[in-house]
Amino acid sequence: MSSQSGKATLTPHLARLEAESIAIIREVAASFRKPVMLYSIGKDSGVMLHLALKAFAPGKPPFPLLHVDTTWKFREMIAFRDMMAKKVGMELLVHTNPDGIERGISPVASGSALHTQVMKTEGLKQALDKWGFDAAFGGARRDEEKSRAKERIFSFRGPGHSWDPRGQRPELWNLFNTRIRDGESIRVFPLSNWTEYDVWDYVLAEDIPVVPLYFAKQRPVVKRSGTWIMVDDERLPLEPGETPEMRMVRFRTLGCYPLSGAVESTAATLPEIIAEMRAARTSERQGRLIDTDEDASMEKKKREGYF
Amino acid sequence: MPHRHLRQQQHELLRFLTCGSVDDGKSTLIGRLLYDSQLIFEDTLAAITRDSRKHGTTGDDIDLALLVDGLEAERQQGITIDVAYRFFQTPRRSFIVADTPGHEQYTRNMATGASAASLAVILIDARKGVLTQTRRHSYICSLLGIRDIVVAVNKIDLVKFDQDTFDRIVGDYVTFASELGFRSIVPVPISARYGDNVTSRSGNMPWYNGPTLLEHLETVDVSQDLAARPFRFPVQWVNRPNLDFRGFAGTIASGRIAPGDQVVVAASGKTSRIARIVTADGDLPAAEAGEAVTLTLEDEIDVARGDILVRSAERPPVADQFAGHLLWMDEEAMLPGRGYLMRIGNIWTPCSVTSIRHRVDVNTLEEHAARRLSLNEIGFCNFSAGQPIPLDPYADNRATGAFILVDRFTNRTAGAGMVAFPLRRASNIHHEHFTIDKAARAALVGNTPMVLWFTGLSGSGKSTIANIVEQALHRAGRPTYSLDGDNIRHGLCRDLGFTAEDRVENIRRVGEVAKLFVDAGMVVLCSFISPFRAERRMVRDLLGPGEFTEVFVDTPIEACMARDPKGLYARAQAGQIKNFTGIDSPYEAPEHAELHILTAGRTPEDCAEEVLERLRAAGIAC
Repeated sequence: MSSQSGKATLTPHLARLEAESIAIIREVAASFRKPVMLYSIGKDSGVMLHLALKAFAPGKPPFPLLHVDTTWKFREMIAFRDMMAKKVGMELLVHTNPDGIERGISPVASGSALHTQVMKTEGLKQALDKWGFDAAFGGARRDEEKSRAKERIFSFRGPGHSWDPRGQRPELWNLFNTRIRDGESIRVFPLSNWTEYDVWDYVLAEDIPVVPLYFAKQRPVVKRSGTWIMVDDERLPLEPGETPEMRMVRFRTLGCYPLSGAVESTAATLPEIIAEMRAARTSERQGRLIDTDEDASMEKKKREGYF
Repeated sequence: MPHRHLRQQQHELLRFLTCGSVDDGKSTLIGRLLYDSQLIFEDTLAAITRDSRKHGTTGDDIDLALLVDGLEAERQQGITIDVAYRFFQTPRRSFIVADTPGHEQYTRNMATGASAASLAVILIDARKGVLTQTRRHSYICSLLGIRDIVVAVNKIDLVKFDQDTFDRIVGDYVTFASELGFRSIVPVPISARYGDNVTSRSGNMPWYNGPTLLEHLETVDVSQDLAARPFRFPVQWVNRPNLDFRGFAGTIASGRIAPGDQVVVAASGKTSRIARIVTADGDLPAAEAGEAVTLTLEDEIDVARGDILVRSAERPPVADQFAGHLLWMDEEAMLPGRGYLMRIGNIWTPCSVTSIRHRVDVNTLEEHAARRLSLNEIGFCNFSAGQPIPLDPYADNRATGAFILVDRFTNRTAGAGMVAFPLRRASNIHHEHFTIDKAARAALVGNTPMVLWFTGLSGSGKSTIANIVEQALHRAGRPTYSLDGDNIRHGLCRDLGFTAEDRVENIRRVGEVAKLFVDAGMVVLCSFISPFRAERRMVRDLLGPGEFTEVFVDTPIEACMARDPKGLYARAQAGQIKNFTGIDSPYEAPEHAELHILTAGRTPEDCAEEVLERLRAAGIAC
């Protein structure tokens, strides 16, 4: 990368990851009838959106953003989402599973497994069907979890959004097989080859906005199953003897607030976050309560249509 | 944990793959690299400690292989099936490891991992030495263009860290690999399970003075210097956000470019100059291989996705026929003559193998004659594509030399190919343009030329119905001709039998003949069992829109057997005829035939009338 290019702050490694992701995003725009980019508000989505804006400059990305709203996101996430959509000038579609609302599904009352199944997985499938999207970008990375390590960059989904780990197409070179029939679709993961380190290094180098929840701050929390759960609104019922206390905490990953554990931290800036991450001894998914349900639980969820 | 706190500006990426068979310890080695480079987190470690008791193969020790075997089936069977990608980094480099299975039945998975790697770590069990599988892995690496090899002689602890054993294995390997064109071969004696010479120097082998595996991976120079090669820019997407901007987005595959440089569209020969190199971070004064950019040109020339911009002094050959290696990855065998879709660069085009020059035995590297390629087999073939394509040998340029073949019906990725050279026949045979064309010939006889393709089981009544239809057309003054097994198999195709390969070739020839008759202005009635969808599709693709009418003569096999006009079913059931459709060879019924005639309980005349009605509806008086 030449030093006059304006990308002087990117290492050769990050520059290569960036170029690879941009090529993947362009490929989808060129090959599919109606693509959409899933936007889940977290740091990975933020990086993916940033890459999409770069891929089509001086134009705008030729697809909308989609957020599947479980109604249990942190308030700061929703405010950030609306601010970002406005800032980048892209269409933002929001879908919430109406059946789940009617059934009163919530992570508190229904448990994490059912809540995830109905509000995230089913909600996502409804949204993709409702607008007829044939390709959907997701921000998943191969380093996140074991069954993701074998995921294709272009992941084929059969009718009903089914994922068959044994039926995935071999993916050689960058010659992606983009051919699908009616009713079939492709999930595309432009950040497949990025690690958590790469994402934060890139956020820092490119000055990408992220939700303030990633930065340490005094927040009202209660301790549950060894992790700090934030009391984001009055919907979180407190158990007998529980009193929210103010702690200096931050989040490594963001999801529905009763399912996202915070860590105690003083890291209030990007360099401090990166330093803390490099010294950390636990993986980012540790704070995610949905993965620990059982062995190979991610593979199971993916078969059902989870991202 | 010194690695975590250091970062350098020149931090680079190395992609490598590990090859070895079930017991060579690949997954354990990768687990060891992750573990020793401190990239295993406490919660992950707790999870695999728990899993080790359930699935592990190492007794009370942590089974490091469980870090990488991710799918449920793999953990239960204790083997790696799919390609897993793993990530780790040191102060010097970031690494992406493709962990690939070594069994012959997973050759395609290994090739997938190799296609994106620039170095391979080939594991050899110190107790077993160079084996058939070692040769196979090395050959596939070589075929996919990997030029730098590490020979990791693993389980050296089980041969008491013996130098002679190591030297003998290395000697065997170097001798065998001399034909494979590797640039470097670096042998390292290791124990993945105990960590000797993986990330830290072993005290058990004072005789070894070379680098540890990790030291070598951190420092090895695998650069291909793509920027120094001829400029190739495959246009991926045309960016037209408004009337004032028309840019060509893509990733520079090789070479470098700057504004003012002259470029030419490889296939069409149109030339222009680079006006700007546009990125979101501003225009660049120059760009080179690996950069994703948007180029604008000084002139409004015709450029679309699939085109390749090159320099005029470095234009690649443009050909629709070429030779190359093909690795077959689909359960359904590749048959020469059968139509597939090819993706090369950003071009999708029909493609078929015209002949298999030889098949390569991946274990012995011997060349054999072959009439088909089955799953995981590799052949050197001649290919015919649906359009002229700019080509480079794979060894020179992957962007213009690598391709995949896709099954037209299932859309599965069925083959991976590597261009060796264009075939000269493609550039030397030119179509003559005759003044009298198909339309002129058809007009003279007042005909609408077309093919009526009758498909169905033997004895289903194809020829009988076709015969009645032809009589009616003849009476109405329409020039016709009939092609069926009798007039084709005894002449044009007398050299062909009834294997799947020969059936494909038979239909290919019939299709070409039918096309000539259509050119001559005739209605051609073809009655062939033609059991495979792919070949019927191939004939359809030879003809123009509306010129091919598929007539599915649908008679239950029981009725065909009861009728058995030629006594063939009786002989097939007695085992006297092999490859008989419906008995020991499949019939793939049409899914979208223009006419689906259910014959049960009807006369041939009645069925023929259905065909004639269709022709009348298409404006053919008969």
